[in-house]
Amino acid sequence: MDVLAVLSVAVRGALGPEAAIYALAAIGLNIHFGYTGLLNFGQVGFMLVGAYGTAISVLSFDAPLWAGVLVGMACAVVLALILGIPTLRLRGDYLAIATIAAAEVLRYLYRSSFAEPVTGGVFGLVQFAGEFYAVNPYTAPLELGPLRFNERALWLMTVAWGITFLAAGLVWLLVHSPWGRVLRAVREDEDAARSLGKNVFAYKMQALVLGGVLGALAGSLLAINSQAITPDAFIPIITFYLWTIMILGGASRVLGPILGSIVFWFLLTFLDAFLRGAMSAGWIPGFLLAPSDIGAVRFAAVGLGLMLLMVFRPAGLIGNQKELRLDVR
Amino acid sequence: MSDDRHEDLLAQRESVHEQEQEREDTPSVGARRAAAALAGVANVPGVAKPDAILVADDMSRHFGGVRAVEVEHLEIQRGTITALIGPNGAGKSTFFNLTTGFDRPNSGRWSFDGKDISGAPSFRIARQGMVRTFQLTKALTRLTSLENLMLGATGQRGERLLTSLLRPTWAAQEAGIRHRAEELLARFNLAHMRDEFAGTMSGGQRKLLEMARALMVQPDMILLDEPMAGVNPALTQSLLGHIEALRDEGMTIVLVEHDMDVIMSISDWVVCFAQGKVIAEGRPDDIRRDTAVIDAYLGTHRSLQEDQT
Repeated sequence: MDVLAVLSVAVRGALGPEAAIYALAAIGLNIHFGYTGLLNFGQVGFMLVGAYGTAISVLSFDAPLWAGVLVGMACAVVLALILGIPTLRLRGDYLAIATIAAAEVLRYLYRSSFAEPVTGGVFGLVQFAGEFYAVNPYTAPLELGPLRFNERALWLMTVAWGITFLAAGLVWLLVHSPWGRVLRAVREDEDAARSLGKNVFAYKMQALVLGGVLGALAGSLLAINSQAITPDAFIPIITFYLWTIMILGGASRVLGPILGSIVFWFLLTFLDAFLRGAMSAGWIPGFLLAPSDIGAVRFAAVGLGLMLLMVFRPAGLIGNQKELRLDVR
Repeated sequence: MSDDRHEDLLAQRESVHEQEQEREDTPSVGARRAAAALAGVANVPGVAKPDAILVADDMSRHFGGVRAVEVEHLEIQRGTITALIGPNGAGKSTFFNLTTGFDRPNSGRWSFDGKDISGAPSFRIARQGMVRTFQLTKALTRLTSLENLMLGATGQRGERLLTSLLRPTWAAQEAGIRHRAEELLARFNLAHMRDEFAGTMSGGQRKLLEMARALMVQPDMILLDEPMAGVNPALTQSLLGHIEALRDEGMTIVLVEHDMDVIMSISDWVVCFAQGKVIAEGRPDDIRRDTAVIDAYLGTHRSLQEDQT
């Protein structure tokens, strides 16, 4: 087994566009949960409306791609308002139920045959991001020893990581302002914030919209990345990957989701390549593990890692451990 | 516990009693002003006050068959310390919740400083200048003490989403708020906890923090729900000192409290609740002898003791 090859695959996974896109969506989730305490279990729903908003605008309405991305973000604002108006006045758990249901309802709606003329139904939509690749400034692949990124991947990585770090910068500015202070107060105790004259509902709504818009932006990038989307790419498990990423890195830390996403994708691709390599080298006997099970085993390993992290570093990799040990009386 | 420690505690207790006695014997400026303002007021439930800041009419709140609050008329005099007393479940805290917008009454109208605020949301009532604290303290545990206080300031430009991104628009205001918060921390002997998470504080410190935070709103009236519950005698004295100082500065204070020594030593006016209704109100000395209050709350033993002194 070529260790260097395995590692280079893992590094490519950790720095690839998917890692950036998941980090961006997790930054949105971090605004919801990490700073405001909103239990959003439907972040994938925001990604879905972002992705489809972009693709449909381009394919059905001949809009330029940038306008499509904006439409996707606008869809997220609408979704956040629809979700938030009835549920944000209630206790946190209701939002959790409403969001997980809404994301599933959206997926079924977009894949229904009634919506097929616009959304393409179960077959989804393809080839709508040609404009993006047409303006690719890279003309040659990047090669660093065994590590190789082609022009297409480089362009995607530049844009996706650029947007992700911009979003992180925006979040940094926001949470280090009095606005962010109110947000954290809402997370700690809504009634205390109310008793000091803060309009808690408005702050929760702003947070939901903002985090949702970042989720939609991530969805648009995901669509651009693959040039093909189907509703079944937006299943609830994506939301839980995002939660894993956020908790892994450290919730309510600006760079937590970014670090979490890099570690998450490194582990996933590393384990995948490692297990495959070990298997073909004959290190793992066939009766123990079939090649078709590798996909599942790597997620099980990530799950195990997450459990160990929760036991030994409950606030995540860069979380404030002291902060988490405070008893909430 | 060693004998030494025991004597220390006894001495502490004694000094506390002396301070209480002194407080009753030599009223402060605010106490004299409040006594003068309330001089002509009869001690009957629902009596009108010369300068009422809070007026409640026909307030009722039912939980199923339980009539938690049924207040026909109640006025709170401006610039006084008014204590709400009464047995558990008498409706004192519910009355707090109703007037501050944290709960909605089945019926009733109430006004603050001449403005009708019936049914207004809690945050708007707080902005009008009527701020409350909670029976179970609500320290924002993962914010530092300083942040807890700074949160209390109202009208912060940096709290709006768009302006929050432009630091120059709120930096000066923020510095002013920080200065005020630091002063209050020092006044409440919390300066050493400035950058500590509120979650690391003791129960008594949290009570102080919550009161200081409420003051950051710069209210005209503050409602304290059992501010001395679970606080040691020495800290109780310092809390009482703060409360009296606020009254002397002209603030109106309403407090729910069960410690009768505390009530009798600092309040200018006492309102007694029982089964949701106001059954008596008056000066502390009137309340002490009121048969309705003795039957419903104080008990004969307590009242006799007070009469003998």
